[in-house]
Amino acid sequence: MTNSIREVIHNEVIFVIGSNTTENHPVIGAMMRQAVKNGAKLIVADPRRIPLARDADIYLPIQPGTNVALLNGMIKTILEEKLYDEEFIRERTVDFNRMAEALKDCSVAKSAALCQVSEEDIRRAARLYASSHKSGIYYAMGITQHSRGTEGVYNIANLAMMTGNVGVEFAGVNPLRGQSNVQGSCDLGGLPDVYPGYQKVADEKAKARFEASWGVQGLSREPGLTLPKMVDKALEGKIKMIYIMGENPMVSDPDLTHFEAALDNLDFLVVQDIFMTETAQKADVVLPAAAFAEKDGTFTNTERRIQRIRKALDPPGEAKADWWIINELMKRMGYQNAFANPEEIMAEIAGVTPIYGGIDYERIDSKGLQWPVKDKSHPGTPYLHRDRFTRGLGQFMPVTYTESAETADEAYPLILTTGRLLYHYHTRSMTGRIPGLNEVVGESYVEICPKTAALYGLENGEWVTVRSRRGEIKIKVKITEDIKEDVVFIPFHFADAAVNRLTNVALDPIADIPELKVAAVRIEKLA
Amino acid sequence: MENKHSILEMDYIERQERIALKNCGLIDPERIEEYIRYEGYQALAKAILKLGPEGVIEEIEASGLRGRGGAGFPTGRKWRSGYLAKGGEKFIICNADEGDPGAFMDRSILEGDPHSVIEAMTIAGYAIGASKGFIYVRAEYPIAVKRLQIAIDQAHGMGFLGRDIFGSGFEFDIELRLGAGAFVCGEAKALIASIEGKRGMPTPKPPRTNDKGLWGKPTILNNVETFANVPPIIRKGSGWYAGIGSEKSKGTKVFALGGKINRTGLVEIPIGTPLREVIYDIGGGIPDNKKFKAVQTGGPSGGCIPKEHLDVKIDYESLQEIGSMMGSGGMIVMDEDNCMVDIARFFLEFSVEESCGKCTPCREGTKKMLSILDKIASGEGVMEDLDYLQSLGNVIKETSLCGLGKTAPNPVLSTLKYFRDEYEAHVKDKTCPAGVCQALLEYYITEKCIGCGACKRVCPVNCISGEKKQLHTIDPVACIRCGACQEACPVDAIIKR
Amino acid sequence: MIKLTIDGIGVEVEKGTSILDAAKSVAINIPTLCHDDRLKPSGACRICGVEVEGSDELQASCTTPAREGMVIHTRSDRVAAARKQLLELIWEDHPNECLSCQKAGECTLQDLCYDYGVEAEGFAPLKVRTPLDTSNPFYTFDKDKCILCGKCVRVCEELQGESAIHFVQRGHETMISHPFEKGMAFSTCVSCGNCVQVCPTAALMPKTEEKFRVWDIEKKVRTTCSYCGVGCQLDLVIKDNKVVRVDAARDGENEGMLCVKGKFGYSFLNHKDRLTMPLIREGGVFREASWDEALDLVAGRMTEVYDHSGSDAFAAFASARCTNEDNYVLQKMMRGIFKTNNIDHCARL
Repeated sequence: MTNSIREVIHNEVIFVIGSNTTENHPVIGAMMRQAVKNGAKLIVADPRRIPLARDADIYLPIQPGTNVALLNGMIKTILEEKLYDEEFIRERTVDFNRMAEALKDCSVAKSAALCQVSEEDIRRAARLYASSHKSGIYYAMGITQHSRGTEGVYNIANLAMMTGNVGVEFAGVNPLRGQSNVQGSCDLGGLPDVYPGYQKVADEKAKARFEASWGVQGLSREPGLTLPKMVDKALEGKIKMIYIMGENPMVSDPDLTHFEAALDNLDFLVVQDIFMTETAQKADVVLPAAAFAEKDGTFTNTERRIQRIRKALDPPGEAKADWWIINELMKRMGYQNAFANPEEIMAEIAGVTPIYGGIDYERIDSKGLQWPVKDKSHPGTPYLHRDRFTRGLGQFMPVTYTESAETADEAYPLILTTGRLLYHYHTRSMTGRIPGLNEVVGESYVEICPKTAALYGLENGEWVTVRSRRGEIKIKVKITEDIKEDVVFIPFHFADAAVNRLTNVALDPIADIPELKVAAVRIEKLA
Repeated sequence: MENKHSILEMDYIERQERIALKNCGLIDPERIEEYIRYEGYQALAKAILKLGPEGVIEEIEASGLRGRGGAGFPTGRKWRSGYLAKGGEKFIICNADEGDPGAFMDRSILEGDPHSVIEAMTIAGYAIGASKGFIYVRAEYPIAVKRLQIAIDQAHGMGFLGRDIFGSGFEFDIELRLGAGAFVCGEAKALIASIEGKRGMPTPKPPRTNDKGLWGKPTILNNVETFANVPPIIRKGSGWYAGIGSEKSKGTKVFALGGKINRTGLVEIPIGTPLREVIYDIGGGIPDNKKFKAVQTGGPSGGCIPKEHLDVKIDYESLQEIGSMMGSGGMIVMDEDNCMVDIARFFLEFSVEESCGKCTPCREGTKKMLSILDKIASGEGVMEDLDYLQSLGNVIKETSLCGLGKTAPNPVLSTLKYFRDEYEAHVKDKTCPAGVCQALLEYYITEKCIGCGACKRVCPVNCISGEKKQLHTIDPVACIRCGACQEACPVDAIIKR
Repeated sequence: MIKLTIDGIGVEVEKGTSILDAAKSVAINIPTLCHDDRLKPSGACRICGVEVEGSDELQASCTTPAREGMVIHTRSDRVAAARKQLLELIWEDHPNECLSCQKAGECTLQDLCYDYGVEAEGFAPLKVRTPLDTSNPFYTFDKDKCILCGKCVRVCEELQGESAIHFVQRGHETMISHPFEKGMAFSTCVSCGNCVQVCPTAALMPKTEEKFRVWDIEKKVRTTCSYCGVGCQLDLVIKDNKVVRVDAARDGENEGMLCVKGKFGYSFLNHKDRLTMPLIREGGVFREASWDEALDLVAGRMTEVYDHSGSDAFAAFASARCTNEDNYVLQKMMRGIFKTNNIDHCARL
């Protein structure tokens, strides 16, 4: 998030797109409702009538895969009706005209047709969003998990910049991060092209800095492979060994059939986890890890706040903290500068990671700090891009609409989209073991609207086969008014009826994100 | 006899001053033409064409009109604060949720002269700058609801409501909102919550409704009778109105006179009229030459006034001083046959039933007081109970959230004050002097008994024994005190003691 | 700024400050049952009434704004007597079950009754108990222990935005319920537990696997929720090396709010399926091993692969559910030892 969680309740306009906030970030969702009670206006764009749609002033039930078209329609409206912030554009950004030029052939009416919403609704949403300098955009995987996901993000930034809604308090471009430490794992180098703190591996200076700190030579300046590419290389036999720490890709990754074959092709697979997950079952060695309540450390949340986690319990049996396990391996492979405790690790992080430069456990003992925290006296950064963008001037990126990699056709006439539920978390290795949560939602289902259900003669609770070009699953039908016609939704949490047997691996060319939100499927009644 | 009757009739009429009720019974309330014939909508015309908003407010202020719902807040001051309140949208609400037992002043106006309320609300809307009004009326008043709707439609048809009234550009409209009969919805904040579609529960003041009322907008809320006074004031001038009534309280007040009194019904009197005059001259005194015991004013929130205060002048302050209140205008007369413990119980029970349940003292405290009164009425009271009633009553008064709780102990506290001897008789002597509290009565067959056996035949628990033509007796232990025997006795031989 | 006197102490506060907050600013704590800083003041319990010189009534300090020149007594005999009477009224409707109540020691009603000398004697506690509503998987509702402070209703409406529960009936019959009154599980409740968190008595209680009372708690450990990326702050309540309850922290960005997973989703920690020993696959099945054996094996195989096939043969998946420190060390191993940047994780999923 460019801005902070508590700013939500001070927003004047909230634009939620591709985020089912009340279910996936429930406390932020609740704050959005508080803001609405305070008088904030709410715009929701989602193919499903998510709970927030009930609170929305404008609800846009767009067709899956048309985010860019919708955003272009809004941008076009703002251009046509001259609702943009000229001063902000002049002082803080470049290439506004290039973006406008790229939309020459775009019309709001065309956008409306692609999104299957009315032109007037798009215009109303645009006017509302542009009416305030306290307009915050909140998005999640509904924007990014597309073969053109990065363009969706660019377009959100375009919209925010042209209305002066970034770099100020109570506004911003706010991706909501899905997992407890997804922000931190990105911040701390869990990505193939960057060292901790987003320092490019290709950068000679960064390389030198880390070599010096770590006391090693010959760090690679070649960016590594992204996860989907790793899978391909494993299938080819180029990657022989994978080390998996606390992930369960055998449920969460797209096109599982393909993924499973890749794991089977490895020489050696190590999985470190708290449960015998679907992925761990494929491993050669499984190492028992301590859970969050059994170790010390830090998580970085969606607003970039580095917060402590603390050891409250002893781990069961011989389970050990993840850092300890890796640390032991490094020692065994001859690395001398081993760590004694997590606090020491954070001290090293602060030394090599400028955005974490001022972090130590004492400072964040009672309240976490938001990066960038450049040094020990830096108070943290509640919102980014205050006087200048990271790169200097904000860059408008021209974006035109491209349709999803797969669209409905005669063989696969329905569009499948996926997501999460309030009562489960990721692949259910934790929540699947909590009786109450499974009492509420114990099995997967496919959401389908009454009209489409009637077309296929389906009853609520009936078992069906859902088939895509990549696989098939058997699953129960849930008929609901809260989804568009000819669109179906399946939560991805469940290993039984794993929806990722159906999803598409078509990748975004820039971020390598798979198109989990759009796949063409068909539904067949069980014989 | 006939002569005397007509004199009484004369007193009944002459001592009244009908302003709020002036059209009731005279015009056909479903015909706007008749209202207009009796100077209807002239006040609105004068307000818009001559006075202007400031002028209207000045007139209402100068008239000395005070809220007739019970609290007596100066109406002009209320309107001025509405006029001064910032914020584009404002609302006018007419509180027609008349709920006191035995009170039907507002109902008479709504049913008999609905246009007077509509005209007044429109004047109020014009004065403070509101364009929308709501009448919150009980669904139990179907005729009132029907006639109000007819009146609103007719006013629309004549251009007294709607856009551009009298060509002034002023726009005003009125909608009805039906209440479901909760007494607490007569409380301003609960009423507003109810209109908003929420549970009718009071919320704390501040903010006052003048600043933040309906949907958080400035809202002026007056009751039916208050509004009914407005058109005559505007038409005849504040000087005329201020000439009626007492020094601090101007104009008239309508009372619903009931109970042990010869002439029951609605009476409208100049404020400041002595209570005695209302009861004896207008009301014609107590029937059957019974002795006057007390008069209860102000409904369940009011208190009982004993005979030593009969000469009190009826106005807001004087009534409050002696532990009662003006209230919305209920006036119930009691004679020697009324037990004051029972009366206190009756009114308190009403408050217990109608408490919204939000704040502790009203929800729990009134219920507790009632259980103690039950105990006393059944002869199980102890003297400490009287002290506890007093102290609990005071705590409820001083801690409750809204007016309902703050006044709910009044019937008990005022009877404790003026009729403590009756309470003590229940507690110490285990008797009910007025012979009302069933548990303390004993039915007894006197020597007059002719041994007919009628009582024996009707007794549901077979507790009467006696040979034919012999004196019968009642077994006091088995007797359930239903009183059937007493009614059946042809010679009035059975007495309560 | 407004100047007033509270219990003889001069106080200066901003216009619009309640008497309650004005008192708090000089460390005078006025007891409350229905107040919560995050909610609109409701003025329901009336426990916070104080004496304001010149006023006949006691003023509810939560809803009465401080005014210039006020002279306020928060602990006078009159105030204490009224509070005691109000507490007696509440207590009289409350089951006399403190001996067996799990809330004992953490119950605001119990604490206040102690403070103001309310005695059980002389009152008639409820004899007939309403059955507990156990329909929700995560918490129970005990109507008889409800004191109708309304905090649950207001949290659900004002903070959570669900309005799943409300008052029904009126007067003495008033209770907390929901449409059709079939049990909490049949309402629109999303089980966030934010009502349970604020309940001053045992009316709303989390379901726990084992009984414990406040004095059984070994420690409360402040930490960050392990579910989504909001990073709610919470306290793990520990007894016998087990989490027995989760309390939302007021001073986190979540301001005392949690969701169903954060509040109630902790029992996986003690689940029998937890991995407790390193496991090595042999002949298609896993066998338990010591750390030394397992680590030696992994280190040996990795060295082998590195020597044989080089950096490009390695890849690692970091984790969005592990700590910053865990992730840092993993990428350090991949980059520093195997000289590869083949590290990624499920940030995209």
